[in-house]
Amino acid sequence: MMLDCREVTRLASQGEDRKLALGERVRLRLHFLYCLGCRRVARQLRFLRPAIRALDQKIGSDHVF
Amino acid sequence: MAEDFRTQVERLRPYLLRYTSLQLRNPAAAEDAVQEALLAALASERSFAGRSNLRTWLTGILKHKIVDAIRKAGREPVLEEAQVEAELEDFNALFKANAHWQERPAAWQDPDAALEQKQFFAVLEDCLRGLPERTARAFMMREHLGLATGEICQELGVTPTHCWVLLYRARMALRLCLEKNWFGK
Repeated sequence: MMLDCREVTRLASQGEDRKLALGERVRLRLHFLYCLGCRRVARQLRFLRPAIRALDQKIGSDHVF
Repeated sequence: MAEDFRTQVERLRPYLLRYTSLQLRNPAAAEDAVQEALLAALASERSFAGRSNLRTWLTGILKHKIVDAIRKAGREPVLEEAQVEAELEDFNALFKANAHWQERPAAWQDPDAALEQKQFFAVLEDCLRGLPERTARAFMMREHLGLATGEICQELGVTPTHCWVLLYRARMALRLCLEKNWFGK
C-alpha cells in the first residue's frame, strides 16, 4: 500500500516519538525515493529537536541578564 | 558560604523563569514552579556539592516542578476522535485533494548554520509562543522535558492518538513558522 504525502508527514513526525515498524520504515523509504518534497519536510521536522535543544542552552547562556 | 550559594541560585532566576514560561503559559503558575524549584534547591545545597553546573542541576529540579504544575492544572477534556481528526485539518491546505503537496516544499539552506545565529533563536522562541496552548504543552513535554509520548498522554489525560496529533501539529506549525520567518527569507 502506497503512502501519500499527508500520511508521510504524519508518520515522519511519529518517527520522532516512537520506533517505527519495519513496514512503516520501508513504505517511508519508498515514498522518499520519488518524492523530494517529503524528503525535505522530513528533514525539516527532524531539525526541530536539535534546534530546541540549542535554544535551551541559549536561553541559559546569551540571555542571562 | 551559604550566602554565596543563595546568590548564585538567585542569579539564575530570570533564566529559569524564561525557560518555564515557554512551557507554562500561566505566568502565576510559572512563577510558582520556579519559586518551588529555588526553594528545593536551597534546601538541598548539599546534594549539589561537587556537581559542576548549577544551571543544569537547577533545570533538572525545575523540570519536576513543571510536570507537577501541569498535573495540578488538571487534565485535558478527552476529545472525540472526530474532533481529533478535525484538528488535523489545519494543515490540509498544504495538500491537494489527492494528498500530494499543493506546492513542493522548498529546501532550507544550511539549517545548522542557523543554530549559530542569535536571531534565529528569537524567531524560534516566537514560533513556540505562537503555538496553541495545548499543542505547545505536549510538544514541550516531549522536547524540553524529554518525556516519552506514553507519559505525555498520561499526564495530559489524552488518548495516544490525540498525543500524536498534538505533536504532529506542533511540528508542522513550527516548520511553517520557521519557513515563513527565517528560512524563506
